[in-house]
Amino acid sequence: MKFSENWLRELVEIQADRAALAHALTMAGLEVEELTPLGEGLDGVVVAEIIGAVKHPEADRLQVCTVNAGLGEPLQIVCGAPNARVGIKIPLAKVGASLPGGINIKAAKLRGVESFGMLCSAKELGIDNDASGLLELPLDAPVGTPLATYLGLPDASFELKLTPNRPDCLGLVGLAHDVAALFGSRVKTGEQAPAPVSSDARRGIRLEAGADAPRYLGRVIEGLDAKARTPLWLAERLRRAGLRPISAVVDVTNYVMLELGQPLHAFDNDKLHGDIVVRHAREGETLTLLDGSEARLGSGFLLIADEQSALAVAGVMGGFDSRVTDDTRNVFLESAHFAPAAIMGRARKLGMHTDASHRFERGVDPALPQRALERATELLLSIAGGKAGPVLRAENLADLPRPATLLLRRARLQRVLGIEVADAEVARIFTALGMQVTAQADGWQVTAPSSRFDIEREEDLIEEVARIHGYDNIPTSTPTGALTLAIEPEGRLNELAVREQWAARGYYEAVNLAFVSQELLQRWGFLQDLVALANPLSADLAVMRPSLLPGLIQALSHNRARQQERVRLFELGRTFRIEAEAVARKDAPTETPTLAVVACGTAHAEQWGEAARTLDFHDLKGDLDALIAWGGEPERWAVHADGLPAWLHPGRGARVTRDGVTVGHLGALHPQLAKRLDLGADVHVLELALEPVLGRRLPKATAVPRFPSVRRDIAMDLPEGVSWSQIEQVVRATVGAALQELRLFDRYSGKGVEAGRKSLAMGLILQDASRTLTDDDADRYIREAVAALEVTCMAKLRG
Amino acid sequence: MDDLDSRAAQALAEIDTADTLEALDALRVGLLGKSGIVTTALKALGALSPDERKARGAEVNRVKDRLADALAARKQVLEQAELDRRLASETIDISLPGRHGERGGIHPITRTLERITAIFSRLGYQRADGPEIEDDWHNFEALNFPPHHPARAMHDTFYFGDGRLLRTHTSPVQVRSMQGRQPPIRIIAPGKVYRSDSDQTHSPMFHQIEGLLVDETSSFADLKGTLAEFIRAFFERDFEMRFRPSYFPFTEPSAEVDIRWDAEDGSTRWLEVLGCGMVHPNVLKNCGIDPERYTGFAFGLGVERFAMLRYGVSDLRAFFENDLRFLKQFA
Repeated sequence: MKFSENWLRELVEIQADRAALAHALTMAGLEVEELTPLGEGLDGVVVAEIIGAVKHPEADRLQVCTVNAGLGEPLQIVCGAPNARVGIKIPLAKVGASLPGGINIKAAKLRGVESFGMLCSAKELGIDNDASGLLELPLDAPVGTPLATYLGLPDASFELKLTPNRPDCLGLVGLAHDVAALFGSRVKTGEQAPAPVSSDARRGIRLEAGADAPRYLGRVIEGLDAKARTPLWLAERLRRAGLRPISAVVDVTNYVMLELGQPLHAFDNDKLHGDIVVRHAREGETLTLLDGSEARLGSGFLLIADEQSALAVAGVMGGFDSRVTDDTRNVFLESAHFAPAAIMGRARKLGMHTDASHRFERGVDPALPQRALERATELLLSIAGGKAGPVLRAENLADLPRPATLLLRRARLQRVLGIEVADAEVARIFTALGMQVTAQADGWQVTAPSSRFDIEREEDLIEEVARIHGYDNIPTSTPTGALTLAIEPEGRLNELAVREQWAARGYYEAVNLAFVSQELLQRWGFLQDLVALANPLSADLAVMRPSLLPGLIQALSHNRARQQERVRLFELGRTFRIEAEAVARKDAPTETPTLAVVACGTAHAEQWGEAARTLDFHDLKGDLDALIAWGGEPERWAVHADGLPAWLHPGRGARVTRDGVTVGHLGALHPQLAKRLDLGADVHVLELALEPVLGRRLPKATAVPRFPSVRRDIAMDLPEGVSWSQIEQVVRATVGAALQELRLFDRYSGKGVEAGRKSLAMGLILQDASRTLTDDDADRYIREAVAALEVTCMAKLRG
Repeated sequence: MDDLDSRAAQALAEIDTADTLEALDALRVGLLGKSGIVTTALKALGALSPDERKARGAEVNRVKDRLADALAARKQVLEQAELDRRLASETIDISLPGRHGERGGIHPITRTLERITAIFSRLGYQRADGPEIEDDWHNFEALNFPPHHPARAMHDTFYFGDGRLLRTHTSPVQVRSMQGRQPPIRIIAPGKVYRSDSDQTHSPMFHQIEGLLVDETSSFADLKGTLAEFIRAFFERDFEMRFRPSYFPFTEPSAEVDIRWDAEDGSTRWLEVLGCGMVHPNVLKNCGIDPERYTGFAFGLGVERFAMLRYGVSDLRAFFENDLRFLKQFA
């Protein structure tokens, strides 16, 4: 809501300067979003007339003008504006003036011709952004008058960021009432006198939309001059409210809307056929609107029609065919009340937002149509002439919204705000806001004016008291309450601890957007169970991520492209999936809190003391092992070489399980995918469902063994294809409980080992809880383990 | 006798000039060893008369002690020199960087979010969360947004084909936390939220923290006090604050909170940092809580805004680019 400060001050007494007014509005919940001072520093700028103009002898685009500024002698002024011509009235900055933009006007020679002042555009004067040419003033503007006096300057444009609950402030008179309450002053507008009726032109009005359109007022005005010029004061007020003056009829309807908050519409009366019918649109009914667009309507839309066709989308926009043009002689003025629910969302559905829909969907005072119609008639008659017909009225009083009478309990007020507000202050506030108040034993009975759609319950009244009394006048206190302790299970790690663990291991946390492009997912092979947005911002942000990895790898690429060779990132976030059956059942998609890690480059940051080595699978697996170890239950976890997703290298990838359930994957990116993503072979990734990672064992202490352990090392020669986990299983199964720990300390293939085979050296740490193991015991365990490996793994003991 | 004295004098000189432990040991053997001069002199005592033996014996022992002392002293000198040499040869450049000292870091959004959550945890607020893909009821209706209400237009919403949506705020967690529970309720709900808006100052995904307290006595004054405490705890300083009336369908009275922020050029301006209000009775009712018996307050804040203010980040988009040169600044 934008408006001229001077206009508001004309409607209500304000004993405060501009800054104090702006502050008061903001602190009353009518936030001043922008405040633009207009027309300051216009001393020395006067109304002048161009009485002669000839081309500059030395410059094609300049003219030498003779200007009457009411000084007795005409002035010679060189001017480059395209619209400079004899007969127009324009602003003249006299020699000695200094304009808002910092231009000081001096007598000067322009290409050899003397010039005594400057003819100005609106922009040069700081009153508008129009710099296309000289500001043309009405032809009756009195020459020599200071421009500021003539235009009613200085002024300021206020722009309010109004919340949806305050449509009553979408008209200046409504705003004036709030301002009056804030400053304890009075609104200056009086009763609107009815315009003189001098014709009997009528038109029937039929209401066929029930409670959606309970009141419709209209009037025919005959014989007006649609080409009449809008008076300067009115045009200026529109301009300062951000509206362009268009034509007398449109300007008047806009003006009344700004002043009172009631949107009006004017039809060309000669284009209408028979009665006005207010009805719902039929399915598929179409209408060409004022802006030339074609609206396709349905039964949810409220229409203004005549007996032949649709004329306007009620509360949104008028139709093209019945619009007022320069040739219009007779108009039909509409001033109606539509129920907010009948207008809400309709403009949006048509892809538009209009001043009328903005107001109607928030609620326009049902008492306004009559006043607005009379006001508009008064202005039109004075500007464009014509003869007004009688006010035509159709209404269903039973369907009009009636202001509720509410009870505000004193105790409730005190309880919600936490302070006691004096009874007199409460009564003053309600009265100032135009509410009817009756004091009662335990509170007040309050009836809000019909303009206040937001006053529906006791809380609304409490808010009004707080707002006008001032939030600043409510003290601060600290809540009191029962001190209860929430239990945080020890058997669960928290997410922050997981993040800290990865940070401690050299990874930086990333935060990616949760949506990615379908195309990127296709490259990764994520084709199924995707959750796509119906209205994405762009194709790049169209699908909820089914995995954190595509986004995280993009972040890795971003860094690689910026001289970061060694990148280690992790992210915690949700991944989204929905299976076909869930879609059929209308279930919500599954949101899985997920942990993902990506790494590339050297295993360690470049270092003086060790040979650099490229990161490999087992580096990342080590990080995973550390994470798992932290939960204290590594025995529940396992990795498997089978069942890998397509994006993993089939020989360098692993499926991770916990209690046998797949919870994620780990490994090198598939070389083909890496190539498609323009990445090297060193990129390794890990993705796990977060929940299993957070599981943590509650420790249960056992006695420390009292007997020493024995260590025996063996080296086994084995086929390449035998995995360490197979060996581990065989040894554990064979030795049983006496095997405290099995450590792999060397892996070798090459000289001395047959091709296709490898040598693994391992240490067995043996222990018995009840006695010291003898050499014989240890030898026996080793013999059995070796024998088992020979049988099951084609192993040979190395000498 | 004279012979022993002169030999001893000579030996003392030799001890003083011995420059290795080996040379010194050789001297010791020649003097005090089995066939050393002192031992030989002691053996010769047996041939003397008792009187002579006593006098001569005392003399020989004196010589023996002097030599032994000299040997020990010299040995200590040589050992110290040897140790000094060894320590010198073992000296390393302690200024070389240590091995594997690299570490990563937590994202500034997480850091801010956790810090704020921790502040409220200390006041007994319990962490809560809800789904990011919400239904219309939890995100809007239960929070007192009627269908098509203009207040919904303030939330540019992402929808799915089935009518579900990406939550536009963390407020639906209020509803989920209150459903099936009775006060006292104190929750703090951080999380991702989504609005279909993207430019220099808007990201289609961002983070909010929602706080909710419902009890028998909570008031607007308590809300003001709680938020003042929070601002002080977060920024570790006092700010001039103001509560401006505003409108959210799910609170009433509602307020926006500004703090008086000092710009780097020394000027100050009001900066909006929070939205809050008393929980609307309709919301309590929708969640099965009696609004006559209980009142509550709620507040919501944007994590990015707090991170930007706290760490001097000027471009919102930096948070989601994941550039290591940015992330490393928060390690």
